[in-house]
Amino acid sequence: MTFAFDLILCLMILGTAAIALFVRDALAAIAFFIAFGNLMGLAWLGLDAVNVALAEIAIGAGVTGVLLILARARLLALGDAATSTGSPLLLRLGALAACAGFVVLLAAAVLSIPPESGLDRVVAPLMPGLGIENRVTGVLLAFRAYDTLLESFVLLGALVAVWSLAPAGAWPGRPADPGMADAPMRRVAGTFGQLLLPVALVMAAYLVWAGSDLPGGAFQAGTVLAGGLLVAGMGGTIGLPSSDQPLLRAALVLGPVVFLAIGLAGVAAGGLLVYPAGLAKALIVTIEYTLFLSIGVTLALLVAGPPMPGASDPDPEGKG
Amino acid sequence: MSWIDLAVLALLGAGLAFYAAGSLGFLRFPDTASRLHALTKADNLGLGLVALAAAIYGGSLAVAAKIALVWLFAVIAAGTTSQLLARRARLDEARLDDADSAPDGGLR
Repeated sequence: MTFAFDLILCLMILGTAAIALFVRDALAAIAFFIAFGNLMGLAWLGLDAVNVALAEIAIGAGVTGVLLILARARLLALGDAATSTGSPLLLRLGALAACAGFVVLLAAAVLSIPPESGLDRVVAPLMPGLGIENRVTGVLLAFRAYDTLLESFVLLGALVAVWSLAPAGAWPGRPADPGMADAPMRRVAGTFGQLLLPVALVMAAYLVWAGSDLPGGAFQAGTVLAGGLLVAGMGGTIGLPSSDQPLLRAALVLGPVVFLAIGLAGVAAGGLLVYPAGLAKALIVTIEYTLFLSIGVTLALLVAGPPMPGASDPDPEGKG
Repeated sequence: MSWIDLAVLALLGAGLAFYAAGSLGFLRFPDTASRLHALTKADNLGLGLVALAAAIYGGSLAVAAKIALVWLFAVIAAGTTSQLLARRARLDEARLDDADSAPDGGLR
């Protein structure tokens, strides 16, 4: 029974991936890409990798799907047909050969790892020193913390890149209003946004707190917050802030800066990103909460896009 | 097989029947409004029955409460998006009618 489920799931993953690659219409490709991401999430769930499943569905399928749909709308507005055109046979064969070679290399590397030598055996004995139970959080925030620290700055860099695309004269304005233009649609979306935003906040705060001992964490929670902010923005419940607001800038850099400061302070305790004994959990939770806020706001603004001219009506809520 | 297993199986089967009917309607119905009608049946009743089966199978009140919340938010989200889709479809239809009756027959 489980085998049949796994088999069907694998076939559906390969099928949705193939359709997303080969279909000519961009919107159909995006729809199948989102379905593919959700099915991949199920597969990770089947492998007991709940943290990865959450991240795959929230970020891989959710945020990326929204970004792709918006990118297509932008292409259409610019006069691009947003359909794939045929490429030369030689190029396609070359891409096929390169991808096949990469798959063989990757498979060889993964299959060469003996099943009993997983990271879990190395990490498990070190966990009691941290005071948290979730080993993924342990790796992300303690044993390989510099990866996460760099990631948080990369995300900030991505927003700077998007902002640098602002047309001349629009800086430092607001992004284009994500609110729906049609009044009845705006009311429907607004009612939903008013309900969803507080729930998303509670849910996200819980995901960070649970992330110490159960699946969850700053990235998953940040995506939930970004989703709540965007839905509220679409219904006009909140307005998007202008990109030079001090409060907004503070929210964007808070997580990375607190992370960096705690990491540097670790030098006193023995090295960069080393937590003093007994304080590990408190510091990890502090980093996760500040990081969650920054990730949520950054993701929402990434989707909102660069500042646009003429999008400067007064902001009802002060901050996005 | 206990009575609980039987109930779970029956609820799952009924839920899947609603999903199948909803998918069939989505594929076969002629316009957006009737397709949405088919899909919302699947979302409301199909998901409700499957969630009820999962809640009984979970066997604890805490699990059942969480599943009930998931169902509730799925229903609210589905209701919101179907309203938005229906409104959008109606606006598009009105625009097409305008384009047909316009003297130059132009689009948009």
